[in-house]
Amino acid sequence: MSGSTEVTSKAASAETPGRGRAPGRAATVRWRWIVAALLLAAACYAPFQLVPFHVFQLSMVLVYAVALLGLNLLVGHAGQISLGHGAFFAVGAYTAAILLQRVELPYPLTLPVAAAVAFVLGLALGLPAMRLRGLYLALVTLAIAIFLVPLLKRFEPLTGGSMGLTLAKPAPPAWTGLAEDQWLYFLALAVAVAAFLLAHSLLRSRVGRALHAIRDNEAAAEVMGVRLSFYKTLAFAWSAMFAGAAGCVYTWVIGFVSPDSFVVTLSITLLAGLVVGGLGSFSGPILGGLFVMFVPGIAQDVNDAAPGVIFGLLIIAVMYVAPTGLAGLAGRVTRSIQKILRKE
Amino acid sequence: MVGFLQQIVEGLGAGAIYASLALALVLIYRFTGIVNFAQGEMAMFATYIAWQFTAAGVPFWLALVLTLALSFVGGMLIERVVIRPVEGAPELTVVIVTVGLFIFVNAAAGWIWTFLIKDFPNPFPAGAFEAGGLHVGYSTLGILAVVGLVMGLLYLLFQHTRIGLGMRAVAANPESARLVGIRVGWTLALGWGLAATVGAVSGILVAPLLFLEPNMMGGVLIYAFAAATLGGFDSPVGAVAGGLIVGVAETLAGAYVGFVGSDLKVGVPLVIILGVLLLRPQGLFGRAVVERA
Repeated sequence: MSGSTEVTSKAASAETPGRGRAPGRAATVRWRWIVAALLLAAACYAPFQLVPFHVFQLSMVLVYAVALLGLNLLVGHAGQISLGHGAFFAVGAYTAAILLQRVELPYPLTLPVAAAVAFVLGLALGLPAMRLRGLYLALVTLAIAIFLVPLLKRFEPLTGGSMGLTLAKPAPPAWTGLAEDQWLYFLALAVAVAAFLLAHSLLRSRVGRALHAIRDNEAAAEVMGVRLSFYKTLAFAWSAMFAGAAGCVYTWVIGFVSPDSFVVTLSITLLAGLVVGGLGSFSGPILGGLFVMFVPGIAQDVNDAAPGVIFGLLIIAVMYVAPTGLAGLAGRVTRSIQKILRKE
Repeated sequence: MVGFLQQIVEGLGAGAIYASLALALVLIYRFTGIVNFAQGEMAMFATYIAWQFTAAGVPFWLALVLTLALSFVGGMLIERVVIRPVEGAPELTVVIVTVGLFIFVNAAAGWIWTFLIKDFPNPFPAGAFEAGGLHVGYSTLGILAVVGLVMGLLYLLFQHTRIGLGMRAVAANPESARLVGIRVGWTLALGWGLAATVGAVSGILVAPLLFLEPNMMGGVLIYAFAAATLGGFDSPVGAVAGGLIVGVAETLAGAYVGFVGSDLKVGVPLVIILGVLLLRPQGLFGRAVVERA
């Protein structure tokens, strides 16, 4: 259904004429890994060149990228919509914060717990919503996002109420010789890389194929033996899990959680970032993370309302002209460059 | 007992507002199969226009008429300009576009009128009417009367006019409607215009109670969604009944369930939506959709 399949098929057909499909494809895959390795190298080098505030901003980009990766699984790959991923992000963040503060768990252990809590919650909430069409999932998730803030304020003994919880950030081990911001950045980077690898292998498995089948044609997928509600619910739970993991890293990096950081705007911002970054693409979450981190800050200089105006207009514009977002545009540009190079 | 009845009256007053926004949602859903996430924000924007008129010294009722007319035109324009290009696109695309519209309209209102709250004049007198120890505020009565009036007018339009017949034909089967000479595109735009007008009514009714600010309708929208889900997304009667039930349920839960209190009331629509989806997905008055692949 979405443009991404269209684009991939175009890409495939652009590669096929004249030569066999397999070599062209292998070359693309090889290039993709080379680009990813270069990016990773640059990401490892960056914190030694930047001032701490910029390192912090990059850590937040990685946090958002992990959350968007999860949202992308659901929206981009399974074709279901969530307007409440900020809620799962918040659940992950609060789980980590409560474990650090009340239980005094060592911080690396908070990550699997936060991810598991978000996963279970996603499973429980996805079950009723996923029995029906995607529309109801949007409603339920929006309601969850709105309900979460008063809920967090209510359980004050546990969550610290409106004041939130302030925590010590994970300290860098002495042998690394890293500053705090650099250590936090590398933690975020490690989680992001792990999340990308996990999502990558998930999508290449039969699960990924089942999700694409559901997205592209539900009826056909069902006829082929794909259990719709099972896979949809699972996709929702996974995507909640990624958001929960991102929330956990958010707590590490910021060292503070409060209900007002997780209002419904966060959920909508995440969706906006993903749409602009590129639905169903692999680099979309990273581009979306950059977008979510930097565009509101720049726009806010113009007017408090400017980020919203830009987000709103961009979402609509992207859906009209480039349903695959920035990632799709980037892909198109590289392909036309490749074409030009090949001709010469 | 009087206290209980009092709560029900309050709930009906709140419910009537949810009902009017739910009615707007259902109108658009019936015609286009789209759930308009921007409905609440469109209503909020219309309320700001009404506020601007009254701030400029226009008498309230004249301002109301002007606002409703502008909303109607605005709704049609939105359908023609924003929704038309994605007509027939997958549901995901359409939902994302209406979410984009939601963000845009919200921010645009903030840009034009700032995020500071504004006092909105209450068109109804402040007092209350008393019967058997029961206080019924004139504004509650007024809201119920206005929503009843809107319902009545919509009924007359749909059942007893040529335009309404055309609209019902489009809702039932767009292709056949086009074949018998109905201009489907304009009818859809008309549906959006009507929905925007009904939404504007709910915005203007709710503004004196909540204060006017760009995020005013966010909470109301969720109640309206619950109302529409409960009543059935394709049933206008269901939307109104659902709205009243949601309003009463919310007020009673806030008053009598100690754990819920006033701050967790916003969980009520979530519970209602989940409950309806589990027990009766088509809603109380809706038709179960049978899909033919």
